[in-house]
Amino acid sequence: MSELHTIQTNINGKPVEASVPGRLLLSDFIREELRLTGTHVGCEHGVCGACTILYDGLPSRSCLMLAVQADGHEIVTVEGLASNGELHPLQEAFKAKHGLQCGYCTPGFLMTLVPFLAEHPDPDEATVRDAISGNLCRCTGYQSIVDATLLAARQMREKAGAVDGSEATS
Amino acid sequence: MKPAPFEYMAPESVDAALQLKARHGAGAQWLAGGQSLIPSLNFRCLKPDYVIDLNGLRELSYIRFESGQGVRLGGMTRYHELEHSDVIRQHAPMMHDAIPYIAHDAIRSRGTLGGSLAYADPAAELPTVTTALRARYLLRSESSERWVQAEDFFVGMFQTVMQPDELLIEVEIPLPKAGAAWGFIERSRRHGDRVLMGVAATLTLQPDGTCADARLVYQNGAPAPRLAPQAAASLNGKALTDEHIVAAAKQAAYEEIDPESDVHASSAFRRQLAFELTQRALRDARERGTAAISEEGAGA
Repeated sequence: MSELHTIQTNINGKPVEASVPGRLLLSDFIREELRLTGTHVGCEHGVCGACTILYDGLPSRSCLMLAVQADGHEIVTVEGLASNGELHPLQEAFKAKHGLQCGYCTPGFLMTLVPFLAEHPDPDEATVRDAISGNLCRCTGYQSIVDATLLAARQMREKAGAVDGSEATS
Repeated sequence: MKPAPFEYMAPESVDAALQLKARHGAGAQWLAGGQSLIPSLNFRCLKPDYVIDLNGLRELSYIRFESGQGVRLGGMTRYHELEHSDVIRQHAPMMHDAIPYIAHDAIRSRGTLGGSLAYADPAAELPTVTTALRARYLLRSESSERWVQAEDFFVGMFQTVMQPDELLIEVEIPLPKAGAAWGFIERSRRHGDRVLMGVAATLTLQPDGTCADARLVYQNGAPAPRLAPQAAASLNGKALTDEHIVAAAKQAAYEEIDPESDVHASSAFRRQLAFELTQRALRDARERGTAAISEEGAGA
């Protein structure tokens, strides 16, 4: 029953090999085996969104997946957002706009909103609110989270526009 | 670790999966998208001896349009894939519109069509939508296979006609007839919350404006997707006037469905919602059908 399964996965760009019991949740594997404690665990039944990670690029609840299902797939956690010591623009915007209070829900919000902004570079407020409807903030600081998201979207558009130069159309 | 111990198995083909299920029967649990199963395991509401993971079976993940026949969807097709599929947008637009109502992005990226149907939550979207679209489901076991019409599949709350050794392989949605129209609408407290009431209406609008083939199906209107055959029949052969729509909505909401009371809403409130939502769904269908007729007329 407690048979171990060997998995080969990729976490934040690094290959990882591990032996895991079938019943180990992906969230517990990430936190307890890999010691990547940025992924938070709230409700553990898929409602609060705190444990959201990217699984093959798509936001997924790590508490609703088994560690063994990471075999052969790519995982990105909140630790994988910053690159070369620089925070992701969304993280910068959360900082600038006070998009976090206690910080418990923050990793889940970030991992929900990063793929959302990739798909919706110019969202309106209602769309952002809809996008975060699956994430709970126990401090109820949603207004600042929405403000931070809109700021990040604007800054990311401006940056993309600067790179594209005169090709930019909007 | 939250789930009780189980033996995890990840077969590499549908045949291998069916053999495993035939051997272990009800002691083994299919794992599709896991968005309902894993919470049940975490709470230890379910303690299966074996979990058979279907996520490696790419052969069960497809969206195919077959001209003259309809749309074929593999049981392991994820909500996310349905949501972004041009085939679904074109040939099953009601499903396309209903998918965003399902929970949130992070759930839709994992949850599957077959998982939703086999789980048979009365508040789920796809059981109701596929019933309204007159879909049928292909069930296969190691030794046999059968097609079951959606309306015959759901038995009660979380109950279907599936046997312990069967797997939902495919969903087939027939091609809509000329003049086919639809309306889908649901209400919950907040987007993604458990739905209070939903209705899916399908019908065909004839060139002279009369209604045919009407079907009304309710989400959370009863322990299983509930048809309102008498209300639907009352619309057939008639022009879809506001009067007829109100009468049908009233009959469906107050005579044909059987919503339960819980902490979220009373049965009476759910009936009132059904009465209003049915009217809106039918008016949407009327609008779409009228547009379809005028397009076809212009093309002829």
